[in-house]
Amino acid sequence: MPSVFKKALDSGKFVVTCEAAPTKGTNLDTMKHHIELLKDKVDAMNVTDHQSSVMRYPSLGGAILVKEMGGEPILQMTCRDRNRLALQADLLFAASRGVHNVLCLTGDSVMLGDHKEAKPVFDLDSSQLVAAIRTMERGKDMAGNELDGGVRFCAGAIVTPEANPIEPQLIKFEKKLEAGAEFIQTQAVYDMDNFRKFMEYARQFPVKILAGVILLTSAPMARFMNKNVAGVTVPQSLIDEMASAPKGGALAKGIEIAGRMIRQIKEEKICDGVHIMAIGKEEKVVDIMAAAGL
Amino acid sequence: MIRSITQLKPAEEIERLLNGLDRVFIVGCGTCVTLTRTGGAPEVAAMKTQLSEAGKVVTGTTVVPVACDNLTGEILAGIDSQIRQADALLIMTCAYGVQTIARQIKKTVIPALNTLFIGKETGAGHFDEVCKQCGTCIIGETGGICPVTACHKGLVNGPCGGTNNGKCEIDPDKDCAWTAIYNRLKDLGRLDSMRKYQKPRNHLGEPSPGKFRLPAE
Ligand code: SF4
Ligand code: SF4
Repeated sequence: MPSVFKKALDSGKFVVTCEAAPTKGTNLDTMKHHIELLKDKVDAMNVTDHQSSVMRYPSLGGAILVKEMGGEPILQMTCRDRNRLALQADLLFAASRGVHNVLCLTGDSVMLGDHKEAKPVFDLDSSQLVAAIRTMERGKDMAGNELDGGVRFCAGAIVTPEANPIEPQLIKFEKKLEAGAEFIQTQAVYDMDNFRKFMEYARQFPVKILAGVILLTSAPMARFMNKNVAGVTVPQSLIDEMASAPKGGALAKGIEIAGRMIRQIKEEKICDGVHIMAIGKEEKVVDIMAAAGL
Repeated sequence: MIRSITQLKPAEEIERLLNGLDRVFIVGCGTCVTLTRTGGAPEVAAMKTQLSEAGKVVTGTTVVPVACDNLTGEILAGIDSQIRQADALLIMTCAYGVQTIARQIKKTVIPALNTLFIGKETGAGHFDEVCKQCGTCIIGETGGICPVTACHKGLVNGPCGGTNNGKCEIDPDKDCAWTAIYNRLKDLGRLDSMRKYQKPRNHLGEPSPGKFRLPAE
């Protein structure tokens, strides 16, 4: 049976996903609050996997929580911390607990996080993780041994449409699709002309694409991303627009911009949906969706 | 030419390692560490001064020609009396030298350097790590550039999302291996090999610790 999220993707509707960020520790109140708030408003909620290589409550635990609370989880899995045994085992665990959507990522460098001296794993890469999922769906593990009880996942991956140079990124993108990715969440896109160009290319492939939208919270935050986040470019015009917001009104301006972008993506049918990242401000997703007319 | 690339350990660590070892003999090497200025004659002399100032008795110093050569044992045997007076040998060579000496001399050995990587000389005074000796070489499909080593994450199917204007996400001074591989394969008209899906790597080339024996004739 296809997952609820997969059905939404296949229905042709404009799909909206957001994130639930696990906390550092066992106090899950904030996360539960966000899940409660958003689970019925979006098509699925991504649970991030030690985002930015900062150790947190596990994404699998968070995904199970989303499921238990009646939401539709997308389990983010990076290749940074687990070798192929651990990744496959966690996929079995996920499947056994009703988590049937997986977003496969390489993962940030351990050096960028809060356990810089840890051993990085990267036994697999994101395309190989997608392929491993497809292998397991055929009833075998990666070593070719039979599985007693199978798995079924809707598997996705990431692309960075603003990477420079773009060609190596596109080659990797195509490999992810060949490996069996059914959906793609993009890194944040702000430059619609550039994203349209990417979509003209991507449309030749039978894959659903959700545009990444990161909520801008202030002009300095936008500048920070330009400087520090690879593959994210906030155009000067948007930075100026953020800077023009009245004192105390930057967040509202960011919500307005995100809403406007989503509305444009939907109205112009640029891609199949959006993935809203409101990093640390998850409760604002509701406002962003309202601003987008969703 | 390949060289063992080393770095001096922090003074506090050396001090801690030498705690309770008051009489020290210092060994440098005339090869890699002389070139990288981490364990040649000037560095050995500086270490001698530093230890003397810290109240240690330096029983002697030497700079052997090639510390990782088995002949090092014989050379050190020639200055046995100075070595015998010492509580420990402080060795300013790479870990290959330290281990060569440890096998041959019955004395506590303390490395003064961290061994970082085996570097290929890529320009005057420039050394880069280009091979991790993984045992299952794949550079026949990557234009002769090693992604296992040159890519910070050892990725074999193309760049991660952190690649930034040809640089790696961890350091704007480090090149992204996959931009380099792409450019090289493009030049060679071999981009098809980058498009080919690479299976997960075989990590079973030579289980650690590696061992080789010349077959008997
Ligand atoms: S793949 Fe890289 S690390 Fe492995 S043997 Fe070849 S060059 Fe060395
Ligand atoms: S930026 Fe390039 S070199 Fe660095 S980890 Fe990513 S793919 Fe590898």
